[in-house]
Parts: sequence; C-alpha cells; structure tokens
Amino acid sequence: MANAIFNKFTEASLTHRWWFLGGVVLVVGALSLGVPRVGITSDHFVLFSENNPQLLAFEEFEDTYVETNRVLLAVAPKEGTIYTREALAFIEHLTEEAWLVPHATRVDSLVNFDHSEAIDGDLFVAPLVEYASELSDSELLRIQDIAQNSRELVDRLVSQDGTIAAVVINFVFPDERDTAVLAVTDYLQTFVETAQEEYSGFDLYMTGDVVLQRTFYDATQADMFTLIPVVFLVIVVLTFALLRSFFATVVVTLLVMCTINVTMGLAGWLSVVLNPVTAGIPVIVMTLAIADSIHIVTSTLANMRDGMEKRAAISAAVQSNVFPVTVTSVTTALAFLTLNASDSPPFHILGNFVAFGVIMALLLSFTLLPALLAVLPLRAPTKKTQTHAPFERFSNFVISRRYWLLAGGTLIILLTISGVFRLEFTDNWTQYFDKRYKFRTDSDFIAENLTGLESWEFSLDSGQDGGVTDPEFLNQVDAFSAWLREQKEVGYVQTFADTMKRLNMNMNNDDDLFYRLPDDPTLAAQYLLLYEFSLPFGRDLTDQIDIAKSATRVTATAKTGMTADELKEVAYRAEEWLQANSPAIATETTGFTIVFAHLSERNIDSMLLATVIAMGLISVLLIILLKSLTIGFISLLPNYVPAVLTFGVWGHFVGTVGLAGSVMTAIAFGIIVDDTTHFLTKYQLARRRGESPQEAVRFTFNRVGRALWTTTIVLACGFIVFSLSGFAVTWMLGMMLTITVIFALVADFLFLPPLLLAIDRRKL
Amino acid sequence: MKKLTGTLFVICSLGMVLAPSVCAESDEEAAAKGLEIAQAAQDAKEGFGNYIAKQVMVLKDRKGRESKRELRVQILELEEQGDRLLFLFDEPRDVRGTALLIHSNENQPDDQWFFLPATNRVTRLNSSGQSKSFMGSEFSYEDMNPPEVSKFTYKYLRDEPCDEFNCTVSERVPVTKGSNYSRQVVWYDDEAYRVWKIEYYDRRGDHLKTLTVNDYEQYLDEYWFAQTMVMTNHVNGKSTTLNWSDFEFQVDLDEDDFTQTSLRRTR
Repeated sequence: MANAIFNKFTEASLTHRWWFLGGVVLVVGALSLGVPRVGITSDHFVLFSENNPQLLAFEEFEDTYVETNRVLLAVAPKEGTIYTREALAFIEHLTEEAWLVPHATRVDSLVNFDHSEAIDGDLFVAPLVEYASELSDSELLRIQDIAQNSRELVDRLVSQDGTIAAVVINFVFPDERDTAVLAVTDYLQTFVETAQEEYSGFDLYMTGDVVLQRTFYDATQADMFTLIPVVFLVIVVLTFALLRSFFATVVVTLLVMCTINVTMGLAGWLSVVLNPVTAGIPVIVMTLAIADSIHIVTSTLANMRDGMEKRAAISAAVQSNVFPVTVTSVTTALAFLTLNASDSPPFHILGNFVAFGVIMALLLSFTLLPALLAVLPLRAPTKKTQTHAPFERFSNFVISRRYWLLAGGTLIILLTISGVFRLEFTDNWTQYFDKRYKFRTDSDFIAENLTGLESWEFSLDSGQDGGVTDPEFLNQVDAFSAWLREQKEVGYVQTFADTMKRLNMNMNNDDDLFYRLPDDPTLAAQYLLLYEFSLPFGRDLTDQIDIAKSATRVTATAKTGMTADELKEVAYRAEEWLQANSPAIATETTGFTIVFAHLSERNIDSMLLATVIAMGLISVLLIILLKSLTIGFISLLPNYVPAVLTFGVWGHFVGTVGLAGSVMTAIAFGIIVDDTTHFLTKYQLARRRGESPQEAVRFTFNRVGRALWTTTIVLACGFIVFSLSGFAVTWMLGMMLTITVIFALVADFLFLPPLLLAIDRRKL
Repeated sequence: MKKLTGTLFVICSLGMVLAPSVCAESDEEAAAKGLEIAQAAQDAKEGFGNYIAKQVMVLKDRKGRESKRELRVQILELEEQGDRLLFLFDEPRDVRGTALLIHSNENQPDDQWFFLPATNRVTRLNSSGQSKSFMGSEFSYEDMNPPEVSKFTYKYLRDEPCDEFNCTVSERVPVTKGSNYSRQVVWYDDEAYRVWKIEYYDRRGDHLKTLTVNDYEQYLDEYWFAQTMVMTNHVNGKSTTLNWSDFEFQVDLDEDDFTQTSLRRTR
C-alpha cells in the first residue's frame, strides 16, 4: 500500500519533473535566504548549560568580587632583565596606554604596584615605578630588590628570574559581549604592533580569557571558510572517481549544496549563532548527505548499463533504495538527536541540525534527485567497471580463514581495548587551539616562563559584615594560604592576609617582626580603612573583598601542564583541608579552571545514558527489521566495538580526550549502524531463501561489499577533513570518527562474517 | 538671550567645520561663558565660614547588596589657604573614632593625616594623586573635593530644563594630568548655580559615571547644600549614595581644630 503510493509519487516526480524542480528550488531558495543571518559568537561560555553547577558557582563568585575578563601582556626584553630604564619605561608606557583599551577597568603591573613603606612614622603609598626613564642606577636596584622579594609580584607580574614582566588588563563588558571582545582584541592587536615598532628591543606575548574568546571566534570562522571548501572539493572528486560520470557528479553536488543551504538557512532563520562546535554542522551534513544520493545514482547508472531506458532506470533505482536509505537516514538522525542529552548546548544545536540535514538529504534524494536525473543528459558509462570478482575472492578468504580471523580479531580487540583505561578526560582551555594560533604559542610561552594560567579560586566567608578583619578569621585565611603554598602543584597565591601583614609592618616602621597579622580586630579594621584611602582609581579592593567586608578571596595559581583530573584533585584536597582545619569558613573551589575541568566529566555523565538508550532503541529497531533476535544481538558487536576500539587506540597513542570523546560514540554509532544494517539485511535475505550461512555471506559480500566500501571511503574522507581544524574538539572528533568508520568496515568485513558463521546455526 | 547663545553655538559648531575663522570668536565666547558660570557657581558656594554635618554613605553593588558607613564632617573655609576638612567615623563600630584630616592645597597635593584609635597614633598618609577612590566608594577624592576653578578649561554647551529649573550645561576639561577624567559635563541651574548633575567621562572618552544631586536646602539664607548625592558607575553597575543631614553652620571651629594635635582629641 505504502509502496504503491510511493511509486505513484516517484512517477509523478518524473512526469512533472519541471514542476518538481521549480517547487524544490522555491523551498530551498526561501530557506537559503537565512544563510547570511547565521552569526558567529566568541562567547566560550556557550559550552556550558545554564544550570551547570560549576558555572553557577563561578558566576556567583564573579558577582561577589569582579568579572574575570582578563588580558595578560608579557614583556620580555630581548636581552637582560626588566630592571633597566628602557624596559621599565616600556612597561610604564604600556601600563599607561592600557587604560585606553576599550572597556578596560583596571591595569596591573609592577610599575603601578602600590608599594607602601614607612618613613619616619609616615606611611608612603606610591606606584613602585614613576618616571622610569629618569631613574638612577641605585633606584633601579631598589626597585629590583623590592619587586623580586615581593610575594605579591613574583610569579604574577614578574618572573622569578626577573626577565619577564606582565601587564594585566581587566575588563568589564557591556551586554553586547561579542562586539566588545572583537573591539578589545582588534584594539590590542594594533596596540601591540605599534608598541613593538616603537620599542624594538622587546618581545610581547598576549594571553587571557579575552584573547581565548577572540580565538574561539577566529577558529569558528577559519573552520567555516577552510573546512567547507575542502570537504566540498573532496566530495566532488570522490563522487567523480566513484561514479565516473560528469552529470552524475553534477547531480550529487547540487543535491549536497541544496541540503547544506536548507540546513544552514534554517539555522539562520532560527538565529543560530555559530561557535567552533556548531561550525562542524555543514561539514557533517555534507558528508552524510552524499551517501543517499550516491546509492541512488549508482543504481540508476547500473540499471541503465543493464539496458534499461533512463526513466525506468531512475524509477527502479529509487524503488530499490527507498527502504535501506530511509532506515539508515532515520537511525543516523536518531543518533544525532541523542546529542540533546549533552550538558553542552552547542551539541544540542549540532545534533538537531545534522539530524534535520540528514532528513532533508533523504527528502531531496526522493524529490529533487530523480527530477534532476531526468532532466540532465545522463549517459551510463559504456565500459563495465563494476565487477564482483574481488569480493568473490575476498569472501572465499573470509570463509576459509574464519577461525583465525575470529581468534585474531578477538585478540586485537582485547589488546586495543586495554588502551581505554589509559585515556584521560580533560578539557584544558589553554590547549583548545593548536600552534597555528598565536594565542596558543603565546600562552605556552607565558605559562612556561612567567605564570601559570590555571587557577583555583576560593571565597572565604567570615559570616558577618566587616568580618574580614576579625583576627580569628584572618588567621584561618592565612593558614589556608600557607597550606596552599606548600602544595607542589601551586605556584603563586594571592591572599588578603598578606596585605594585612604588610600594612601591619608598614604601620610599625617597616619592622620585619611585625610582618604578621594584627591581634586586635579594631586595629585590623582601621588599617583596612586607611589602606582603602591610599588606593588609586581602579585599584580598589573590590576584587579581593566583598562589599559587606564579610568575605575575601584566595587565588592559587596552578603550575603549568596539569590535566583536568590533577586540577580537580588539588581542589578536592583544598576543600578537605578546609573542612578538617577551618570548618567555619569551608567552601568549594571555583574559578574558570574548575568550570572547564568539570566540563568533560559532566558531558560524559549526561551522554552516557542517552547513548545507551539510543543504542538500545536502534538495536531493537534492527531486531524488528531483521526479524531475528540472534542476528539482532550479533549486530550489537560490530556496532559497539568500533567506537570502543577507537577509544582504545586513542588511549594508547594520544592519551587525552575532551568534549569530543563524550559525543563521539553517539555520533559514530548512528553512522556505522548503516553498514551493519546493509550487511545483515542482505544476509538475512539469503538465509531466508534457504541458503547456508556460508552461501549467505558470499551473497552479501557480492551485493553490498562495494557499496559499504564506497560509503566508508566517503565518510572517512569527509571526517578526516575535520582534522584540519585548529580547534581541539573538532579535530579530535574528526579523527576519532574517521578511525571509527574504518574500524566499522573492518569489523563488518573481517569479524562479523566469521561470527555469523560460528554462531548462526539456525535452520531456516 | 540664553536661548539665543545656545542656538548661536550650534550654528557656530556647524560653521567651525565649514569656515573655522568665522566662528573662532564664538568658540572663545563659549569658553568664556563656561568659565563665567563655573566662577559664579564657585562664588555662590563660598563664604559660609564653617559647618559640621552628618553623612551616611551607602555603597551598593550591581546585585543591590549594600554596605553602610556613618561619619561626621567638619569643614572650615580659609581666606588665603585651601579649606580644612575633618572626617570622623562613627560606623561601622570597629572603625569608630578613626579620623581623617585634610589640608587642601592649591598648587600641591593635599596633606592628609589619619588618626587610628587602636594605635592611638597620628599617621601622615603620603599617597600621590587626586584620582583615589574615596573609601572604596564610587566617589573619587577629586569628586568629593573638586579642584579650583583654574584647574579646568570650560565650554558652555547649551541650556535645557532640569526639573522645575532652567539649567546651563557646560563642559570642563582638566588642565593638568592626574585626573581620571578626560572631561566632565555639569548641569547648573541658573537661579543659584547649584549643581544638579555631573557626567564623568573616562580617559577613553567613555561615559563612566553620573552624579545626581538632590534635596537642596538653603542655610544662612544664602547657601544651598544638597542632602542627597548619588554617584552611579555605568561600567561596573555600582553606586554610592551620600545622605547629608544635621547641618550646623558658624559653629565654634577654628584652625586649631584642624591640626595633628587636635586630631588626637577628636572623638
């Protein structure tokens, strides 16, 4: 019944092909108009869901203190230390000029560091460096002495060896964040270039989350503009190589273009804003869309070669493909829809739009494609290129060596799987981009030579207004800070306790003995009031102490090169220490670093169940389609094993995986299940006709061997293009998917048949 | 007449672009008029002698969380030298009795002394710059104690109504370095030259803060003092409100009440 209706539809699409073409062009055109409306974002927080607990905690922390939008400029003299008139004058210049960067609210460097000292009982608070170019040699030595011995400067604003200094700029952004980030980074780009021209004896490096955001934007744009043309070219070349027909290639290319325009057009109409993750949508859709049309066009050409008249050839090709192509499209779409379970919103967009694109490709394959084939002067290649001979030999090989293959396969699987246990899940924002981005090389340099870029933040709350100056509280803060400094993973620690100690010393004629916390709460409160009066504009204590003076912040910078697990481990240890030693002020670790450190874990947790459910659903679907429980269960192996193998290989050779790993299985499963479906459908067909398992395997190889081989090449070539991306999540996903589809083909060709021969003892 | 000058100014601003020489004089006129208004406002404020008052400072962050301080203020006008100011803290309790004495100087940084009751000592605070925040509030030191008229160049901009008054709006640009601001735009009413609003523009030229002044009361039948001042920072979303009350004028205060020695005695 359904078939009859579909036949009528196909016939109609061929008879009224011009109307069909017109209609499709109209719909595709209307949707395509949305393409220019697709925006690009630089907001790296799009990776987090709104109710991500670490993000919420971090936002509360930022509300209490200050927004953390930072740029760190590192100044490295080509020769010598920073304690020369030239170098200090340069840093002074940068510190001064940095105020003019749009949205800058605070600038810190050793030049404007508020150095306080006591002279004859008077308290002097002044920037450490003033009029740098006029400093005497003894003044230079004095500055060096103060800076290199300052707990508040070393490892933060100056390097331990005194050869690199930092200028840190803080920003408060308006609501239009994306525009602000672009404005700031564009300005800084010119700023740095001009500065380097004027002062040629210095190298400048730039990092910070604002630069990260800009790189996020640049990477999205780069991926859009480089990956899409490459994948397009790959598709055209591959299609031509596989089909050996100019017009067939034109048809497939047109179909892929329509699919992509419709998908991105809808994204535009729905005001989707792209980021590096969703920038993958067009490439994935193109790669997946091509499979449907290749199947139909191949059949059409084969039918014509077998002597069928063109229209009948198209009609027959559509008929024979409607079932398998629909099934594989639906399973693929289903798998992509499971990405909605991810904790990371860009993957919802990715999943939904790829699913939409796959369904669009399906619809276009049965409307636009036959009509296009009908109007174009298609000719079947006269030479018979297709031959079953290689697969004949191949099936003989698989059948005769089945026990070896089964044993060897099992061994290889076990060996590879062991790598899964070596995998470490980590998302490290400093390593999100590869070395083609200056952000990465600059960050690496700064992390190695000046200061760690990851940090743990703690907001310690005394529980009462004005409680930050309570000696008991301050002592606990101090003890915690001291404990942090003892940890081998910790570099620099910023704590209000140090400020208070320094004030106490200053107020006692700079006597070292008084470098300790005051015992008297009123004294501490009065010191703080005095100190507040001495601070210049934009350098107040609001980034250290909350408005009610009840809580203060302790920041510990991590040493360079730690994984997410190590970062989390230190955070837990710190929390445990607080619970055990200062339960009254115990708190949870927060900060940008911690939010990212939990990203993969949260995503894996959220995707795990969804992936299992999707696998279950698709397996049930297969069992129903194949009408056999045994075969349905056997199908699980070639469907699940490739992804696991990929993780194993990854564990052995790469070691770390982030966000990409959490969604890889779901995506890969939806794609490779197609191969298994094709294989097992044909196998079942032969078995039901009464053939033996051996005969059925041979029949299957002859019928679908070439098709599976072809689609695997297309998929692998499409996904491998992803590895050109400089964004870690994208290239890892691409590499893993490539490996997985290849494993899937190997499993379907070398492992599944021996398995069927060993287990399938049914008499049908 | 005032309206006319405003229109003239607009015409001339346009004219400047087309034919600079034609309107050069009027540009000078705008500068002169701005200076004239500023001087008039300054004159209107002077001559009260001395006063004491209470001040409640409420700091608010962008989430609306508040923090409150209470202090008493004593101010003495001097003929030849800069004014003398004394701030005495009452709240929060742990800083009660802390006192800050300021001798403002015309051509050099102000002198500042602190008395901390917990140390029972007077400490002189040497910290350069007028750009400091006033006790972590959104008011900076220079907002609280605006420099002399001569420290700015002026430009009259326009007239416009503000509440029930007519206001003149003029711009002032600091002459010397060291200010946080590239310019300020001030609204004075033309009845008594009271300040109603000041917009502060940062060194980039972006609108940083706005001060709004309200609830003026007249004292000694001559001097207008505001009871409410609100400084809003448009960048960080914070604000500070100063509520003044209990003004007493021509009380028994002289220079001896504003010395380092007297600082110890204040309670």
